[in-house]
Amino acid sequence: MTGKDEAELSRLMRAAIAGDEKAYADFLHRIAALVRGFVRRKIVQGGVDPEDVVQETLLAIHVKRHTWRQDAPVLPWVYAIARFKLIDAFRRRGRRIEIDVDDIAETFAEPEQESVSERDINRALDGLSPAQRSVVSAVSVEGRSIGETAAKFGISETAVRVSLHRGLAAIAKRFGQGRFGRE
Amino acid sequence: MRTDDLIKALDADARSKAMPLQSAWWMAAGAAAVVAAIVFLLTIGPRPDFMAAAHTMRFLSKFVFTIVLAVSAFALIRALSTPGAPTGRAMAGMIAAPLLVALAVVLELFALPEADWGTRMVGSNMMICMGFIPLIGIGPLAIFLWMLRYGAPTRPVLAGAVAGLLAGGLAATFYAAHCFDDSPLFVATWYTIAIAILALLGALGGRFFVRW
Repeated sequence: MTGKDEAELSRLMRAAIAGDEKAYADFLHRIAALVRGFVRRKIVQGGVDPEDVVQETLLAIHVKRHTWRQDAPVLPWVYAIARFKLIDAFRRRGRRIEIDVDDIAETFAEPEQESVSERDINRALDGLSPAQRSVVSAVSVEGRSIGETAAKFGISETAVRVSLHRGLAAIAKRFGQGRFGRE
Repeated sequence: MRTDDLIKALDADARSKAMPLQSAWWMAAGAAAVVAAIVFLLTIGPRPDFMAAAHTMRFLSKFVFTIVLAVSAFALIRALSTPGAPTGRAMAGMIAAPLLVALAVVLELFALPEADWGTRMVGSNMMICMGFIPLIGIGPLAIFLWMLRYGAPTRPVLAGAVAGLLAGGLAATFYAAHCFDDSPLFVATWYTIAIAILALLGALGGRFFVRW
């Protein structure tokens, strides 16, 4: 991690908050790789799947992006959220860990690996209303655009955006409360 | 779902907007002050000799304590609700109000004959003080806990306790305009207990209500 990374990522995030989707995708991919490197190094015993923590962190970053001060560096904000989500994941599994803030400096970006186990996010997705679930799946797993998703279900683009937004917020909330399945 | 797929969904939601947390905190502070003012005016209201009392040092000192507490707690809670924000200076600032009260207590002990210490400390309003500061502060506390949910506190219990101190500082500022017990000995004892009740409620709220 260098000062140049920090400046570039902050720039991307500012552009994303202003509505630049391309900058946001770029930001999220780079953050995902950094958070993955951080989480993998922290999880030395089994029990917690690093990629679940990466996904929870990305969702939290998304639904809490209004908490970032645009004049502050973005990486300390990102790592504070990742650390919180990692501790949360350990706590849910009955473990207590202490995470040293200074370790962040040694983090390296890492690519995603395929997983054999089912992801927490899939179970959280199952808990959504049918309308929200189908919209979130269409945009994510099926990779459709907002317009394509609207055409597929015969609803307006606004309705797609609302369902997507509420669906993502609901998944993030479930993660926050440690609930992953259908009630 | 793969992480790349999740990113597609997050990216498609990039245009959704939420009010920046720092602006939302100022609105919440305004709303909390209005709620506290309404409860105060509908219940006990200011003391009848408010204008005359405003010329005495002891009466005015109460507002210095409570306003300093509210201002320092407001700075700290804004930092605590933002992940990764430095909290050291705001944390150190929390010392200011207790320090001022301690200083006033020492001055008061020098100013009063020892025989009066007990009556000044006990005063005549301690039950009203311990009842109405939490009552005026409970609405603001609810607003501040709701704001912590809107934010992202990585130390929710601490943040909740600070929400209680902030609500307490605000409520005590109003209550001070009602109370006839102006001695720092009274303030140091009963205001502290009343505000501690709110801080405890806030910590519990932070533990069970502030999840993200």
